[in-house]
Amino acid sequence: MSTTPTTSRTVSIDVNGTTYERDLPASRLLVHFLRDDLDLTGTHVGCDTGSCGACTVHLDGLAVKSCSVLAVQADGASVRTVEGLAGDSGELTALQQSFKDHHGLQCGYCTPGMLMSATALLERNPHPTEHEVKVALQGNLCRCTGYWNIVEAVVAAGKGGGS
Amino acid sequence: MTAVETEAGTLQKGAAMGQSVPRKEDNRLVQGQGVFVDDVKRHGMGYLHFVRSPYAHAKIGSIDVSSALELPGVYGTLTGDEVAILTDPFFQIAAPPGGHVKDYALAVGKVRYLGEPVVAVVAETRELARDAAELVWVDYEPLAVVVDARRAGDDDAPVLHEEAGGNMSYTGVWEWGDVDAAFAEADHVVTIKELHFDRFNSTPLETDGALVEYNRGTGQWTITTNNQFPGFAAIMMGPAMRVGLDKLRIVTQDIGGGFGNKITSHPQLVTCCLLARKLNRPIQWTEWRTEFHQSMSHGNERWFHDTEVAVKADGTLLGFRSKAIDDAGAYLRYEPLGGVIWAQVAPGMYGWRNLRLEFTQMMTNKAPVSPNRGYSRMQHLWFTERIIDIVAQELGFDPVEIRKKNYVQPEQMPYETPNGCVYDSGDYPRSLDLVLELIGYDRIEERRHDAAARGKLLGFGIGSTLDSGTNNFGQSQLLNPELQFSGNNEVATVKLDIFGEVVVTLGTTPQGQGHETTASQVVADILGCSVDQVHVRAGHDSYWNSNAGFSGTYASQFAVTGLGAAKGAADLLAAEMKLLASMVFQCSPDDIELAEGFARIKGNPEAALPFMALGAIVNANNAGFPVDPPTLNCRYVYRPPFDVPDKERKFGKLTLTYAMQIHGCVLEIDPETGVYEIVDYAAVDDCGVRINPQIVEGQVMGATAHAIGAAIWETFSYDEEGNLLTPNFYDYHVPHALDMPPLKTAAIESPSPFTPLGTKGMGEGGGGGIHCICAAIQDALRAAGKPIVSDSHNPYHRVWELLQHPERSRENVEVRST
Repeated sequence: MSTTPTTSRTVSIDVNGTTYERDLPASRLLVHFLRDDLDLTGTHVGCDTGSCGACTVHLDGLAVKSCSVLAVQADGASVRTVEGLAGDSGELTALQQSFKDHHGLQCGYCTPGMLMSATALLERNPHPTEHEVKVALQGNLCRCTGYWNIVEAVVAAGKGGGS
Repeated sequence: MTAVETEAGTLQKGAAMGQSVPRKEDNRLVQGQGVFVDDVKRHGMGYLHFVRSPYAHAKIGSIDVSSALELPGVYGTLTGDEVAILTDPFFQIAAPPGGHVKDYALAVGKVRYLGEPVVAVVAETRELARDAAELVWVDYEPLAVVVDARRAGDDDAPVLHEEAGGNMSYTGVWEWGDVDAAFAEADHVVTIKELHFDRFNSTPLETDGALVEYNRGTGQWTITTNNQFPGFAAIMMGPAMRVGLDKLRIVTQDIGGGFGNKITSHPQLVTCCLLARKLNRPIQWTEWRTEFHQSMSHGNERWFHDTEVAVKADGTLLGFRSKAIDDAGAYLRYEPLGGVIWAQVAPGMYGWRNLRLEFTQMMTNKAPVSPNRGYSRMQHLWFTERIIDIVAQELGFDPVEIRKKNYVQPEQMPYETPNGCVYDSGDYPRSLDLVLELIGYDRIEERRHDAAARGKLLGFGIGSTLDSGTNNFGQSQLLNPELQFSGNNEVATVKLDIFGEVVVTLGTTPQGQGHETTASQVVADILGCSVDQVHVRAGHDSYWNSNAGFSGTYASQFAVTGLGAAKGAADLLAAEMKLLASMVFQCSPDDIELAEGFARIKGNPEAALPFMALGAIVNANNAGFPVDPPTLNCRYVYRPPFDVPDKERKFGKLTLTYAMQIHGCVLEIDPETGVYEIVDYAAVDDCGVRINPQIVEGQVMGATAHAIGAAIWETFSYDEEGNLLTPNFYDYHVPHALDMPPLKTAAIESPSPFTPLGTKGMGEGGGGGIHCICAAIQDALRAAGKPIVSDSHNPYHRVWELLQHPERSRENVEVRST
């Protein structure tokens, strides 16, 4: 066992189906790895305290706040970001389309996190009730919409068969 | 959610205008393909981190940056001493005494609020810049602190800006009508000792930021940012940096919410500019959440003292007099404009003609205030609404009837207020009726009874507000007669490109309001093409030819100024396209119509030129054309019709349009704990012609959510040492999905007679939710000793205090009847 603390590590992380091998400082957050190293800037930072959910991604299928995960903790894992939702030729998921149809976004800053949390919900509960949607989204803040249209969009996507 | 559509039948709407056309912005935003400022990168850029003051008030002794500079990967630093040499203090809007304040990009000699930037450090990575900032040593000598604006004028109060001779930035008396006569005529005089509007802001999810590049050869800076008022930023930055405005190229694309809070980032932008030049590399700055809370754009906290209200026996309101004390925080970054902006809605929605307000603004050791959704009018409208509900309760009038009796009536429109503002159109009583219908007001006593049976206190409250839009910047001269600002303007260009593309640029800086969509709707209808054929360039670029002195997105004006400019430019282009087609067809331009993407001869659809042919003639295939063809590249500056207000009487049109909102809510209070829940909520909005009803409703919802948050949870709270107690989203509770009550919305449309499209600026909402929640709490507590709600912010513990000691709050109010 080494006596000097490790300050960097080589990691291998699958992001949206592509495997990236990188030497990373141990202090790098997963969100900054995605945004700054991979230039996947759809995942946003809103609060630095794990409160707002704008940085939500899927880590091995679970919705997590990527500002609260070190990139080295994702070594060997599979990450899905908002860029990985739409199909290869750009066809939107039912949930993305529903956000458009129901005016579930204004500035769009919270939207990627909302979509990732709601996608995770729909994957485990394809037809959620309004209350179930609100509970699932309580870790995601939005300052533009007041949430009403977001909740409506997720409920409607569920009624359409999920995303 | 329930929506009731009750449109007037007289509106001029086209194929696209008036429709809830899907937003053009959404495709990129739902795929994470928006471009926000922190997404932009440049080769070799350095990350900037600010060293901030841990004290609310202190003298700066020595500063030592050497340890930071020794870290490998640190590119450089900037201190206040350097800033004082390289720049002049920012231009002050205030006349003396506030005009004497010296404000720089970094603290010079002294810090005046906790979180004030003192040193900037630039390094290879975000993490390194932050670590290096920790190594900067600043020697502080702490000074006494004043956080309460009411105490800031005391003889023994510490002075923030010695050069201003005290802490007052502005004071003035605003009086219209015959106030003394009104009080002589009154049958009742209601006095309210103190009302307090709390400090908060709308905390956009994206914090401030910039990527600044310096072109050494041309001396030009390119500032990619999310500042929402580039026109204002430029006039602040250029003179301070001693350069012409052509040296400052300000670029925005997607902005993650603004709400006014992103207007006053010019000090940080100047810091970035100086460092980009000093270090000869692009500078990236993104604010951290706590930095935003500690230092950016708090809303104006305001007290109203010794308010007196003159009331006739029949409930007619004759007038009021009061003394406002406004808290500007430590610097005047946009202030003291709050000292006049309230006067856009001086009488609120009411017909009283005799008004007097002594307005005094004080500086304190807290974060500087700047516009926040509903800027300065929200505070004043809360004041008028509190007056109405306190008067109604104490004199025994029904809150609905006293409003209907005293509202400006629809037959009085357009209505000139006592201070010369003109309310353009509206039907306030009908809007209130709609709210009552949505709430089910006829059953309210029954519901109160049912709630009582469950041990709950039920209350109903109304908030009636105006969202005044399209500023006359001449109102600044009512504060400082030396200022040379007046009127307003916005610019758009519309051109037909080589292959027939319709390309639009705007001067605005949208933050989610859907400008690309609504501008497309207007242009498409005028040019006779589909919305999809119109390409509105995303964001703002001051190097485009669509930049004017007041360009930006703020103060409820896009639907008037931005769309007015887009309409003007599209009208010009339509005329040019018809002229060009008439040259080709050898006919009169009057014989040409634009429809379905063609310029064609009326009544002869076979004789039709596609847009592509028109674009090609001008741009790529013009040899042999007998005369100069039109350029098909049109620019229009929309300028609203304003005069400079009368400075002696403080009289004149301060804004062009008055959108109206009436909000109503029902809430239930647990008398054991003070915890309350909103069980029913209705919002009726009238912003004249709606270009895109879905976008309008979205704005109504957003403003409602902000107001509910401010009423119950959101506050910038300071301790006596000037420490901010709510510096992040743990302590500053932003409502989440479970916090939102059920919402019903409705709209009526009273077109503005003064605007190109009959639209009114909207989106700020006037804080209706704050006002109706205050009113509903007071209504619910009538059964518990009739306490008076005298604060805009009512967390559960404050309601509990009212329940425990109703008599204490009642000492705040007195009625004298003759």
